[in-house]
Amino acid sequence: MLVDRINQAARKVPTWTLYIVSMIPVPVLLYMAQTGGLGREPVKALEHELGEIALQLVIVGLCISPLRKFAGVNLIKFRRAIGVVAFIYVVLHLLVWAVLDVQSLDRVVADIIKRPYITIGMAAFVLMIPLAFTSNNMSVRWLGPVWRKLHLLTYPIAILSSVHFIWLSKGFQLEPLVYLTVILGLLALRVPALVKKVAA
Amino acid sequence: MAHRWKNTLTRADATPMAAYMNRRQIMGGALGLGLIGAAGMARSQDADALVPNSWEDITQYNNFYEFGTGKSDPARNAHTLTTEPWTVVIDGMVDNPGDYSMAQIMDAMTIEERIYRFRCVEAWSMVIPWNGFELADLLTMAGVQDGAKYVAFETALRPDEMPGVRFPVLDWPYVEGLRLDEAMHPLTMMATGIYGKTIPNQNGAPMRLVVPWKYGFKSIKSIVRITVTEDEPPTSWNKSNGREYGFYSNVNPEVDHPRWSQASERVVGGGLFAKRQPTLMFNGYEDEVASLYEGMDLRANY
Repeated sequence: MLVDRINQAARKVPTWTLYIVSMIPVPVLLYMAQTGGLGREPVKALEHELGEIALQLVIVGLCISPLRKFAGVNLIKFRRAIGVVAFIYVVLHLLVWAVLDVQSLDRVVADIIKRPYITIGMAAFVLMIPLAFTSNNMSVRWLGPVWRKLHLLTYPIAILSSVHFIWLSKGFQLEPLVYLTVILGLLALRVPALVKKVAA
Repeated sequence: MAHRWKNTLTRADATPMAAYMNRRQIMGGALGLGLIGAAGMARSQDADALVPNSWEDITQYNNFYEFGTGKSDPARNAHTLTTEPWTVVIDGMVDNPGDYSMAQIMDAMTIEERIYRFRCVEAWSMVIPWNGFELADLLTMAGVQDGAKYVAFETALRPDEMPGVRFPVLDWPYVEGLRLDEAMHPLTMMATGIYGKTIPNQNGAPMRLVVPWKYGFKSIKSIVRITVTEDEPPTSWNKSNGREYGFYSNVNPEVDHPRWSQASERVVGGGLFAKRQPTLMFNGYEDEVASLYEGMDLRANY
């Protein structure tokens, strides 16, 4: 069976390889930004690419448990790493925005306060911080059942991130709406289980 | 009536084709050495010493949503637009309404070069050496009637040639408008070329408006209709989001877009480490156009 073969292969792949593979786009994007591969104005392009990869990783992370539940594919051991890498991309996205794009601490602060789409993007980032720092075995043991509850923050993070994307787009654009729809779909898959838990 | 406005930027400021190819190679080298920040600063110092952007900057970084919302989409997709033959309908309150062929228009107009700053509402900017004629000359040819107050413009809408119009990013066709005095202002031009070459499709071939003191989206591309009217015409971005995009949309560093500051801008072509430069009132054309808006609250009439 294909599922068994995937699960067997996944067992053999060490988690650290995921960090290596998923960070490959960083040097590639930096190289492209310096050599014209990101177009004539690389700052916005780089900022956008990093943000979009982070959002895609959040979505990949949200796929892990439905994959196990509905398809029997077990990739759970990669889930924490995916979340951490998503966080790294958000940090890079923020750095490019603040340092290369806005170029002024005053204006960064003003934008966070004054511009709602930046406020919610920032909120998503802040919510990610405790998750990134508790994505290790020690924290899982230490927090016990609280860990699972804490990491439910992934759901509002996903929604906030995709709304951030929709909000910053000009006009009525398809791509950011696709992201939100996928995220809402993945969250909807979890509703029956949540309802059962609450009812029990 | 051509040549009513004298460029402060001269042909000597425009980089000759051969020289800017060299400049690009030099900049490429500087980039490799991490010196691009210095190059970006040199570029932004003195308004009178503005260096026009390269042909590549101008023709590969475009907003023309009929061909896609990505900045490089128009350069990739706009080749499908048929610009010959091309007819422009001029109608409304004019003495000589009718279908004007592009050839007819080009025969009647005097083409001159204008090196203008170009400031996008998204807070990026370029300097572009346009070729074209004053809109006033075209309107005079059509004969503007008494009582006319506005001019409306419309972009071609060709679903077969424009992949971007399959999705309602905006309410197609793209429409824009100017007050008649803005339209008749000697700075306002119809561009048919860049760097002495025929204007590429992604830049709005065969004829596009250029209003250098307004945000770029006012400078409507690939025009098929010009209508002189008494009432303020609807404009696409204003219809899409009136809170963010007003009818006037004059470049103004003191009035922010609700979602971002307009106080400074990023000059396209500076690379990763270029400094932002301060945005100028009316995009640096304050002396020429401020009188058009005397007594108007520019915050209310954004």
